[in-house]
Amino acid sequence: MNRVEPKPALRRFHQARWDEPILFELSQPGQRGVLPPEVEPALSAAVGDVAGSLPAGIRRDAPPALPEMAQLHVLRHYVRLSQENLGVDFNIDVGQGTCTMKYSPKVNDQIARSHKLAALHPLQDESTVQGILAIIYKLQEMLKAISGMDHVSLQPGAGSAAIWANVSMIRAYHAARGDTARDEVITTIFSHPSNAACAKTAGYKVITLYPDADGYPDLDALKAAVSERTAALLITNPEDTGIFNPRIDEFVNVVHGAGGLCSYDQANANGILGITRARDAGFDLCHFNLHKTFSTPHGCGGPAAGASCVTDALAPFLPRPVVAFDGQSFFLDDDRAQSIGKVRPFYGVAQNILKAYAWIMSLGADGLREVAEIAVLNNNYLMQKVLEIRGASAPYAKGKRRLEQVRYSWEQLSTDTGIHSEEIGYRAADFGTHYWTSHHPYVVPEPMTLEPTESYSQADLDEYAAILRQIAEEAYTQPEIVRTAPHNSTVHKTQPEPFDDPAQWAVTWRAYLRKTGQMKAAGGD
Amino acid sequence: MKRLGLIVNPVAGLGGRVGLKGSDGAQTQTRALMLGAVPRAAARAAEALQALHGVAGDFELITCPGPMGADVARICALDPVVVDSNLRPDRSTHDSRENKDSGTTAGTVSAGFSNLGRTTAADTRRAAQAMRDLGVALLLFAGGDGTARDIAAAIGTNVPTLGIPAGVKMHSAVFTHHPRDAGILAVRALKNDALALRDAEVLDLDEEAYRNGDVAPRLYGYLRVPATPRHIQNRKAPSPATEAAQIDAIAADVVEQMRPDCLYVLGPGTTTRAIAARLGVAKTLVGVDVVQDGALIARDISEAELTRLVGISDARIVVSPIGGQGFLFGRGNQQLSPAVIRAVGLANIVVVATAEKLSTLGGEPLRVDSGDPELDTRLAGHVRIVTGYHERAVYRVM
Repeated sequence: MNRVEPKPALRRFHQARWDEPILFELSQPGQRGVLPPEVEPALSAAVGDVAGSLPAGIRRDAPPALPEMAQLHVLRHYVRLSQENLGVDFNIDVGQGTCTMKYSPKVNDQIARSHKLAALHPLQDESTVQGILAIIYKLQEMLKAISGMDHVSLQPGAGSAAIWANVSMIRAYHAARGDTARDEVITTIFSHPSNAACAKTAGYKVITLYPDADGYPDLDALKAAVSERTAALLITNPEDTGIFNPRIDEFVNVVHGAGGLCSYDQANANGILGITRARDAGFDLCHFNLHKTFSTPHGCGGPAAGASCVTDALAPFLPRPVVAFDGQSFFLDDDRAQSIGKVRPFYGVAQNILKAYAWIMSLGADGLREVAEIAVLNNNYLMQKVLEIRGASAPYAKGKRRLEQVRYSWEQLSTDTGIHSEEIGYRAADFGTHYWTSHHPYVVPEPMTLEPTESYSQADLDEYAAILRQIAEEAYTQPEIVRTAPHNSTVHKTQPEPFDDPAQWAVTWRAYLRKTGQMKAAGGD
Repeated sequence: MKRLGLIVNPVAGLGGRVGLKGSDGAQTQTRALMLGAVPRAAARAAEALQALHGVAGDFELITCPGPMGADVARICALDPVVVDSNLRPDRSTHDSRENKDSGTTAGTVSAGFSNLGRTTAADTRRAAQAMRDLGVALLLFAGGDGTARDIAAAIGTNVPTLGIPAGVKMHSAVFTHHPRDAGILAVRALKNDALALRDAEVLDLDEEAYRNGDVAPRLYGYLRVPATPRHIQNRKAPSPATEAAQIDAIAADVVEQMRPDCLYVLGPGTTTRAIAARLGVAKTLVGVDVVQDGALIARDISEAELTRLVGISDARIVVSPIGGQGFLFGRGNQQLSPAVIRAVGLANIVVVATAEKLSTLGGEPLRVDSGDPELDTRLAGHVRIVTGYHERAVYRVM
């Protein structure tokens, strides 16, 4: 009997490449996916001019220039694009460090898709939506236990929205005390950039601390930075280096001593679930991204869900309404005079809240702690394997373990071979895996950030490390293979210059037409 | 047809592998060769030129005779136009920096040091000027800080220039990370009419002091390099447009804080130049200038003149750390002497730098070497740095 040849150590991956045009380029005037029936005359007469009540300022003179396509062509377009992707469900997705890519159980999607949730309308009477209000309330209670905080709002529509809500509450807190001179927010260079961005958007001056030689935020720099103008410290811990700051409570004490508040960015709490709590380190506020730690899908820009968690002292300022329980029923408490107001229409993103609730319920408290323990174990296992690869290093805190992720550096490999981290990413795609460098600023030279969460098996991590080892070996022996990658993947190289030039970049088709002088020709406005 | 310039400094990098920390001067070069040093500038240039094979025939390669470019160009099967024989060794033109590491040679390096006809910095300068006059789209040079210094002295920021890393000392922000990157950028310069450019610092060390362990980089000028720092050593900003925007934001912040009647002493650099530009005045890039109430009142001012000015008026010093080593005072801005700093007052020093510039320090502190140890001690500690509009970094100074 013939035996099947064993598979090679590394996959002979080959991805689809469809040369698929942009949807707008596929548009054919007159094509339609759906032809809605004419409105019946009786109905039309009964309802009257439905658009008549719209103010003139928001009415279009001409219909929008949307693509015109048949259903089959739309479907084919998107299925083709899906084959040119490297999604979380079919690659060993440990290469997107800081994003906490983990398995999102499909059963939770099915529950969220159920008509029991999908058919709800946000304007329904509270008495008819007790189920989802109960879930929101119970998730709030769970997050209180996880963070140690007294109150939770699940209204923010994303992690950054939760940071924004927290900064707004910090501002309201100081204002309520007549303490209006506090116009500075302190953060660290390895904290998530959304902290600085949200503080800046709220009108604060932002002070950034740089790491000391060991990679920890510099406590002496913090002491030099605080003053009677300090509104708050917004800090991530562990930072994107994966290094946990064991003196975090001292940071809190210094800021409290100056009269400021402390907000803990726990967007990614995957390495500390059930092990440390923001409240226990003395923080006044914290936030979670439900799509990182709590397994709801990454929405690629939303809608997501963020949780703002605060102490009693900050509670009056929570976004309104607050989901509350009077012992009999759940209700939306909108009577909150000191609230910062709404940070999102209606109340949060119910589907994501439901999925996070289901995920936590399936694990329980012990299960959450196990998630963190396995995530940290996986990360340190992978780190051991990566650091054995020629040209790789983990800057800062030499010889120390990391928590749930590591920002590595290929500086040595790059110096030796001229191959850059970005090029390693292109080559990684040839083996069917995703790979990411770092968000700005590039403090670590030639960065690579890996975060193997609890979802990945030892075999997965071995395969990922073997891919990196292969690419490093190629960089040293046949760099052209790496430099000209990808060879087996859909992706092609991007020219960075247009991204740096506001006159050239375009994030919408309309902007593209305008910036390339084709707007008139396309009949757009 | 676009033109690409190439200058190879054949002796660049001689001292490195044999531990001499530089290649300045005939004695050092001879010693390096005796110690077994293998000239590597040509090999580094060849690595860069490999990237140009795909566009051969679409551009004209302008280079110097023999080991200064023509040899390696021919080895790489590129048919160069060689600039004229003015570049022959000419001892009569030795300047005060005789036998600096840029001292180029018209002899054949591979034949050994006995054939190394010593030449001068003037040769590199003349070659650079010739390429400027020929209108090259980009001038590639293989060398180190000394070579960069000579080219900056000759053509300043008038010609897009890029360094192929081949020297021992490469503190200047004009070199790519790897020779191959220089070739890739050269292809882009030849293909792309609108290559973004930026002024980058040319730094050099005193080699004798460096051998004694004293790292003392000085700012010698600027070169205009492609603004794609992903491939440029030392300044790894992810986005040059962002960096330009950051510099503008810093300028907006500093100008907003400016007070009437106060003298603003602007140190060297592109960040302080942007502050002057925001006020509508043209600042010297390497010099110290003074503005007051939005007007330029002194240009490239001397230390003595500066001491007199700040002694009679309320003043602020606006200074940016220079180079990868992060010196605030004592490198390239010696006009800002201890006397000037004391007269202005330590509380009246405004430090400006982009976040990317701080990132390049790799966690190392900023340094001061004013020449007055007591003042240096007082300057040490933590300083607030303006990194953008209403953005500050708190950073350690040693």
